[in-house]
Amino acid sequence: MIPAAFDYVAPTSVQEALAVLAQAGDDAKVLGGGQSLLPILRMRLNAPETVIDLGRIDALRGISEDGDALVIGAMTTYAEVLASDLVRDHALVLHKAVATIADPQIRHRGTVGGALVHADPAGDVGAPVLALGGELVIAGSGGERRVAAADFFEDLFTTAVGDDELLVAVRIPKHTGWGAAYEKFVRVAQQWSIVAVAATVRAEGGTITQARIGLTNMGSTPLRATAVEDALVGKGAGDLAAICASAGAGTNPPSDLNGDADYRRHLAGVLTRRAVAAALG
Amino acid sequence: MTRINVTVDGVKYSDEVEPRTLLVHYLRETLGKVGTVVGCDTSNCGACTVHLDGRSVKSCNVLAVQADGHEVTTIEGIGSGGELHPMQKAFHENHALQCGFCTPGMIMQAIDLLKDNPDPSEHEIREGLEGNLCRCTGYHNIVKAVAAAAKAGE
Amino acid sequence: MTAVEDRPATEIGTRRLRKEDQRLITGRTRWTDNITLPGMVHLAMVRSPHAHATITGIDTSAAAQAANVIAVYTAADFPEGLGVCANAWPITPEQVTPDHLPMVGDRVACAGEIVAVVVARSAAEAQDAAELVDVDFEELPAVLDAMEAMKDEVLAHPSKGTNKSAFWQLDSAAAGTGGNVEEAIAAARADGILIERSYRQQRLIPAFMEPRSTVVDPTGEQVTMWTSTQIPHILRFLIAATTGMSESKIRVIAPDVGGGFGGKLQTTPEEFITLAVARRLGKPAKYTETRSESLLSGHHGRDQYQKLTLAATKDGTVTGLKVELVANLGAYIAIVGGGVPVLGAWMFNAIYKFPAYQFNCQTVLTNTTWVDAYRGAGRPEATYAIERLMDELAAEVGVDPLTIREKNWIRHDEFPFTSVAGMTYDSGNYEAATARAKELFGYDELRAEQARRRASGDPVQLGIGVSTFTEMCGLAPSRVLGSLSYGAGGWEHASIRMLPTGKVEVVTGTSPHGQGHETAWSQIVADRLGVPFEDVEVLHGDTQIAYKGLDTYGSRSLVVGAEAVVRAADKIIDKAKVFAAHLLEASADDLEWGAGRFHVKGTDKGVGITEVALATFASHNYPEGVEPGIDADATFDPDTFSFPHGTHLCAMEVDTETGQSRMRSYVCVDDIGHIINPLIVEGQVHGGLVQGIAQALWEDAIFDDNGTLVTGSFVDYTLPSAADTISFVTENTTSPSTTNTLGTKGVGEAGTIASTPAVVNAIVDALRPHGVHDIQMPCTPQRVWRALQSARSTHPGSTDEGSLQ
Repeated sequence: MIPAAFDYVAPTSVQEALAVLAQAGDDAKVLGGGQSLLPILRMRLNAPETVIDLGRIDALRGISEDGDALVIGAMTTYAEVLASDLVRDHALVLHKAVATIADPQIRHRGTVGGALVHADPAGDVGAPVLALGGELVIAGSGGERRVAAADFFEDLFTTAVGDDELLVAVRIPKHTGWGAAYEKFVRVAQQWSIVAVAATVRAEGGTITQARIGLTNMGSTPLRATAVEDALVGKGAGDLAAICASAGAGTNPPSDLNGDADYRRHLAGVLTRRAVAAALG
Repeated sequence: MTRINVTVDGVKYSDEVEPRTLLVHYLRETLGKVGTVVGCDTSNCGACTVHLDGRSVKSCNVLAVQADGHEVTTIEGIGSGGELHPMQKAFHENHALQCGFCTPGMIMQAIDLLKDNPDPSEHEIREGLEGNLCRCTGYHNIVKAVAAAAKAGE
Repeated sequence: MTAVEDRPATEIGTRRLRKEDQRLITGRTRWTDNITLPGMVHLAMVRSPHAHATITGIDTSAAAQAANVIAVYTAADFPEGLGVCANAWPITPEQVTPDHLPMVGDRVACAGEIVAVVVARSAAEAQDAAELVDVDFEELPAVLDAMEAMKDEVLAHPSKGTNKSAFWQLDSAAAGTGGNVEEAIAAARADGILIERSYRQQRLIPAFMEPRSTVVDPTGEQVTMWTSTQIPHILRFLIAATTGMSESKIRVIAPDVGGGFGGKLQTTPEEFITLAVARRLGKPAKYTETRSESLLSGHHGRDQYQKLTLAATKDGTVTGLKVELVANLGAYIAIVGGGVPVLGAWMFNAIYKFPAYQFNCQTVLTNTTWVDAYRGAGRPEATYAIERLMDELAAEVGVDPLTIREKNWIRHDEFPFTSVAGMTYDSGNYEAATARAKELFGYDELRAEQARRRASGDPVQLGIGVSTFTEMCGLAPSRVLGSLSYGAGGWEHASIRMLPTGKVEVVTGTSPHGQGHETAWSQIVADRLGVPFEDVEVLHGDTQIAYKGLDTYGSRSLVVGAEAVVRAADKIIDKAKVFAAHLLEASADDLEWGAGRFHVKGTDKGVGITEVALATFASHNYPEGVEPGIDADATFDPDTFSFPHGTHLCAMEVDTETGQSRMRSYVCVDDIGHIINPLIVEGQVHGGLVQGIAQALWEDAIFDDNGTLVTGSFVDYTLPSAADTISFVTENTTSPSTTNTLGTKGVGEAGTIASTPAVVNAIVDALRPHGVHDIQMPCTPQRVWRALQSARSTHPGSTDEGSLQ
């Protein structure tokens, strides 16, 4: 299909983009990499009057260090994340999760910021960013503000980014030397996650000293399995089964063609055990 | 309408397009590059795969206006001097196509795959083609063709 | 011309690279959607979102005023009608057959049915305006499921008074081909083994990669239609038969067609509407469907409930088989929709020597997309059921699944064999194919590994699936089709033209869409006429060029279509011999034919067939009383079907913690008689395998309670990609067919027919010690996991709980 007609603006700075956004209001859609938005427009599930393309704003692209944090520009593509040694060294679980997103073509275009703002609970960027305790940098007319990932995801397809704001970057505290794994469960390779688990751990002599676990598609937003994280401290590979089995406890995942909520809760337990085991190495 | 300047298969074009025009429709309808085809509306099938600045993209998932100032290569632009691209040859020699509808996209993605990884394992070839659907070949000979092209390129 | 020494001794059997490939790999293809004509208009369809509703009003005024809209039409604008999507195979005289019109004005019977068409200068503008057509629907209760439909509580077509379309039976006692099945069942119940099972063939979508597209040019004396179809000839006939247009004023062209798998074996509403709009406006018109439209409104496949009763003696010798089917036809009976499940009648008994057999098929109408042929068409359903049952029988007897098959199959020295369903199997050697498959598979080693994993309680269990299938291919003998009230014959036509420069044009009535007929037919003709492969040109898919034919489906092209080519070639040789004798001043009786030349016996005098062709072109010197030409045509009507077979072995690893199944290895040894081109055969098998495997594991067309197709895009209708599949081991054994000159059998559907039960048998085999005896297709991880959970709760003793952790 062909999208409904729209006006197109391609600002070259964040300031310009914010001004266009303020003017266009509710009837505008922000175009990041477009890999989720364009199918939506083509299926005419949404018909904005204006599309604001962030693709010409160079400042939104790139990965850098800022003290103890990595800063990933919102328009950085998945392919750029995958090619980044900084991400591999300091946020390995994000690297592993991004490697599973869709397919190579999509990874060449899709952006980290686009995925976060789209906030599809089955998307693979939210859970690792949440697990890593990321901060989202949001620009508005009054300047920039930072929102913790835990507060960023509000509901299905809903984030803390206001109608007149833009996500400009993700700040991720460095998790240098942490082991990591992303266990993604799908029926066919190019599917969205039925359930996925992002796990990153720090261990000394086989004993876990710190653990971070994010769950994908186990609710309307990415979730953090904090009880499991706490219980894992001081434990080793032999203790995982009993602790991880409860990773899905208390969650309210969707029931759909690929599985009902009970099955997803069961999967979350199995996948958490496998992810932590793999992260332990 | 928005004016765009795009280089496609080595030729510079300047056109007025509606912003909603998908890159694939621009290629097919404005430029007559019908070698690139549309197989779905959800960016799953990969039949429309082309290279944008040298990297594979699904041209149904890019607006023509987004390609402004960029370079596009299609299945029609990969051969040189009347010679087939080695990947085209490998597809022919390994019977990696039947109806041929997925073939342009499959070949374009396979070329990109080898650019990233010149010596892929079977598993890596399969993963690298996960965004391209084929209903005829069962993928067996496509995987063989890509492996053969990789070997020939060594 | 290539040097003679470079040539294979025979073209047949050679791995010739395909002639078709050059344009396909360079993007110079002629898909219908690539066609642009001067002044061409574009169509967008307005479709029903409801499964069943009365149309109380259609307001097209806003759409008609939209930018660059040329016209908006509803059914009311065509009081003379737009033609009919005909059912060509009423399976009984009493069959309840609702009228299937391309566009409806009063009531829609399934979602996706077309209620209006918008014509605009561009496709985008047509789609924009289609959204402005305001249709008032009053929803009616809808019936979606075949078993629900059987109750006749909610009617798909209230005026018909019932959802039951037709009942069809084959009973071996009544037909005189075997015993009484009820007696066999009673005997087994008293003192034997009775296996009673219910299986479900889920609904599938052919999902050819090229969406359907139609372009109609009405601006000449003849109306030309390019369309993405498997059946240009049948389409032309049915357009003429249902619109009143003169058949000679219609030219149908199937240009490059991007796959079909049965899904383009249809005369579609979209084709009739595009034709009507083009004729009404006097302008070329194009309609290309979106993928969402394709998944909803291209016909679907399978969708069958199967109830099966297999009777056997205690030692596992089969004594009877009773089959009771309920087949969901959807809202209308598609071109051969009613007949597809009936094709199973001759296949459920498969390769086994059942003394008694009964096949019952009830077709029903529902408010869903119409169902018709999808690769295999009737035979996968049958093969699935019998191959699952044989595994169940083996489990009951306590022997290896291959042992129970060998005990019951037709031995190679028993061919030709007349089956309990009354079919004569031409040839086969199940022993040979099975022995080779076991060897390639490493059957015994895998069984040993399976035992080890079972003993150690490995959370990933190994299962081995067997499928020893046969199928009937080559639709088909016209007299047989006539006896089944099929609306056409099963012959095929070919003509061969000898051009004066030595080139050969072969015109075939088959209509390939990926199968490689151009290459295979060239190989056949090259051998037959002794001309170079490159000098043969195969023409097809245009009713003006290939003026006679019955097209491509049912694995018929080689065994029926190519046999017509062979016979046309033989006629040319006969004709040419007369000219050769004249040119050589010899008696025709003294001529020998070989390698493209006629030789005078005992001399070095001779003349090539291409020289004869040139001589007849000039016609300066030819025998008296003979017409100056050697071109020939032939129409071949087979006496019977041919019966390929094979042994397929599949190893699946099943993760008992998640229910995920992963294919470990797959081996098949198919016996398809003599092979023209091994390369093409392998490709057909690979592709067929993945489609059959996909039915077992991934594909499922699902409607919600409102009749909305929830698997309406490739996001939810999950086709496998390369990352989901493996490389296969394929080989062949050879039992030449006795039904055609070349000894060939069809191969287009074999992989699909055989693989589905092999995969499910493997998964069940992996889990049988845990108390699992069946899993409904597709075997999704959740279904597998639930089956394990429920087996554990109902048979707590059947598995060692601890071993699974």
